[in-house]
Amino acid sequence: MPNDIWQGAEACAKGAMKAGLTYFAGYPITPSTEIAEMLSIYLTEKGKIYKQMEQEKDHVRNVIMPKVLQRVFMQMEDEIASIVSIVGASMAGAKAMTATSGPGFSLMQEGIGYACMVEAPIVICNVMRGGPSTGDPTKGSQGDVMQTKWGTHGDHGMIVICPDSVEEMYYMTIKAFNLAERFRNPVILLTDETITHMREKVEIDPNAEIEIIDRLQPTILPNIPYLPYGTFKDEVAIIGSLGSGLGTSITGMIHREDGFQSPNFKIGSPLIRRLVNKIEKHSSDLFEVEVINGEAENLVITYGITSRTVKSILDSNYKNVGLIRLKTLFPFHDETIQKLTKNAKHVFVAELNLGQIYLEAQRAIGHRIPVTLISKVGGQLITPDEMIKHLEGSIS
Amino acid sequence: MKGEKYLNPSRIPSIWCPGCGNGIILHAVLATLEDLNIKQEDLILVSGIGCSSRSPTYTIFDNIHTLHGRAIPIATAIKLVQPGKKVIVMTGDGDSMAIGGNHIIHAARRNIDISVIIFNNSIYGMTGGQFSPMTPSGKKATTAHLGNIEEPFDTMKLLKGAGANYLARIGTYYYSQMMKYMKTAFTHNGFSAVEVIAQCPVYYGRMNQYPTPYDLLMWQKDNLVFKTQFEKMAEHEIIGKMEIGEFVNENRPSFLEKRQAQLERMIQK
Amino acid sequence: MKAKNISINRKRCKKCGLCVNICPKKVYSQNEADEVVIEHLDKCIICLMCQNVCPDFAIEIEKEVENAK
Repeated sequence: MPNDIWQGAEACAKGAMKAGLTYFAGYPITPSTEIAEMLSIYLTEKGKIYKQMEQEKDHVRNVIMPKVLQRVFMQMEDEIASIVSIVGASMAGAKAMTATSGPGFSLMQEGIGYACMVEAPIVICNVMRGGPSTGDPTKGSQGDVMQTKWGTHGDHGMIVICPDSVEEMYYMTIKAFNLAERFRNPVILLTDETITHMREKVEIDPNAEIEIIDRLQPTILPNIPYLPYGTFKDEVAIIGSLGSGLGTSITGMIHREDGFQSPNFKIGSPLIRRLVNKIEKHSSDLFEVEVINGEAENLVITYGITSRTVKSILDSNYKNVGLIRLKTLFPFHDETIQKLTKNAKHVFVAELNLGQIYLEAQRAIGHRIPVTLISKVGGQLITPDEMIKHLEGSIS
Repeated sequence: MKGEKYLNPSRIPSIWCPGCGNGIILHAVLATLEDLNIKQEDLILVSGIGCSSRSPTYTIFDNIHTLHGRAIPIATAIKLVQPGKKVIVMTGDGDSMAIGGNHIIHAARRNIDISVIIFNNSIYGMTGGQFSPMTPSGKKATTAHLGNIEEPFDTMKLLKGAGANYLARIGTYYYSQMMKYMKTAFTHNGFSAVEVIAQCPVYYGRMNQYPTPYDLLMWQKDNLVFKTQFEKMAEHEIIGKMEIGEFVNENRPSFLEKRQAQLERMIQK
Repeated sequence: MKAKNISINRKRCKKCGLCVNICPKKVYSQNEADEVVIEHLDKCIICLMCQNVCPDFAIEIEKEVENAK
């Protein structure tokens, strides 16, 4: 509502609840811990229970408590337990999420790959901080971008979305869940310390209706065997939840249509291709961008907190510069970038790393026009003045 | 025969070597489940990676074959999301006590309502015979050609210290006893674990002078000693022996019971 | 009680010999091809040690059904 001020972490937690989160498992790690702390309150409806307890004990016992008991908040013993437990929860029917940062995100890679292979809808919020290694826990960075796509081994698909404001964090969290349910794949909500910790005005009505997508359930027909990995919608498997008693068999190995492990070429080759293709074929729809002043000769491609720097320059009518803000990082759609930069004379890629989306943009654009990296690492944001200096340095 | 109705005929014969103890444990598990009248929709099986972890895939139950060492946090989540179902973990000595060591300790500490069957063949079978944290000192393995100099865990003591409600150890030689402990474990509240000493004839057996699977069962007959007898033995007599029986049988409130109780208390205030 | 029949599922049997060795009455033997042979069905006391020790669900002992009355 107007004049509400939310924190980024709060927006993420509230968005998750709105999307239907029923299972959160995480491990404390700066700067993502606030998301876990807030969800530990929201999932247990602590506020509601205390408020209503005075007047409506029966309502609390009969209506609220059963709902609360269906939700789970777990602080696990480490990030590996966190990621694998959300995969388990998801395959048992829950909408599941975790939140972490660099070192935890690295630990989670095997679990993320497992989710890709078994087709588990899960959401991972990675709040980027200074790396590598323990790095700079309380400063933002954008150093994990490539890791989101390639961190886990083997060929796999990944969807990575990146908000640039607290308000967008709310809607993108919901979108992350919807995409996870639709594609039965992990979706990474990629943000950074600045956006997660900052507070800004939001105009969000938490009670407004919003589209929520749920995974498809299998139709069981008499005399037709149930094949968890043999029935598809748009190349996404339609799998019954564990606990439905259908005999769902799940494994991280190459598997046949009935879910039994079967590592051989005839099965592995089409399986791997399907897991990647089910997402790749929707690249052009999934790759969302925001364009401001797209006809300018000089275009800055950026994402997340760095876009705020560019937006503040454009707000002050800085001439001849436009913004292509990536709301989706992966799947990266080359043709969209090519189309958007068709008439540009110079493209810049601005990021808080030493060139990660820069590699994607450079590949897409080729040698047609110069593509210049504007980078800053070490824990500070690119200021508007620095951005202008970079742009002027290259504008003739 | 008892338990056979839970086998998935399209998936057997198993990959296990002739004489492998894993099949005996699976048989006992399924027979126990039949005695308990478990229906297909009542149960979810969870396993990690290794020979023992293939067990659930041979059954008709909903099952999830997970990552090496990670069956237990996954089972924890499944139990919390589907509290009305029985959740049984089938794991090995390497899977549960090496890479999965941290997780089993915490599950016992939380007293999560799952039953863990530890198939302890004291070796890493699937990867070709390396020693595990449960390989007895002095025994040979492909990564301990001169003999293992490390001491194995005593899972019963470890998990007792962590807070498990029910713990038992037995061997594949003792089929009826195995079923009895499994039945208690499956109907016990809170965290329960049954460690079953099993034979790995192809790796552990051949590298340690047990030429046939039967020789390994005979070792069990001679060296697994029930509690009541073990307690009476002198120090020099117990060298090389392993104590079997029920080690812990408590009724501390389980994780779910505590959660329910907490919410109840909030309402009563 | 006597055993009416011992059936060995040859598709499941892996010829490990555990049943042969564990039988207290030496009902079984193994031939040169390691196949399990039921030598003395009449000696079986239905202790079920073989059925319980078989890792492959390959042995089933059928008890003789008592006559009605």
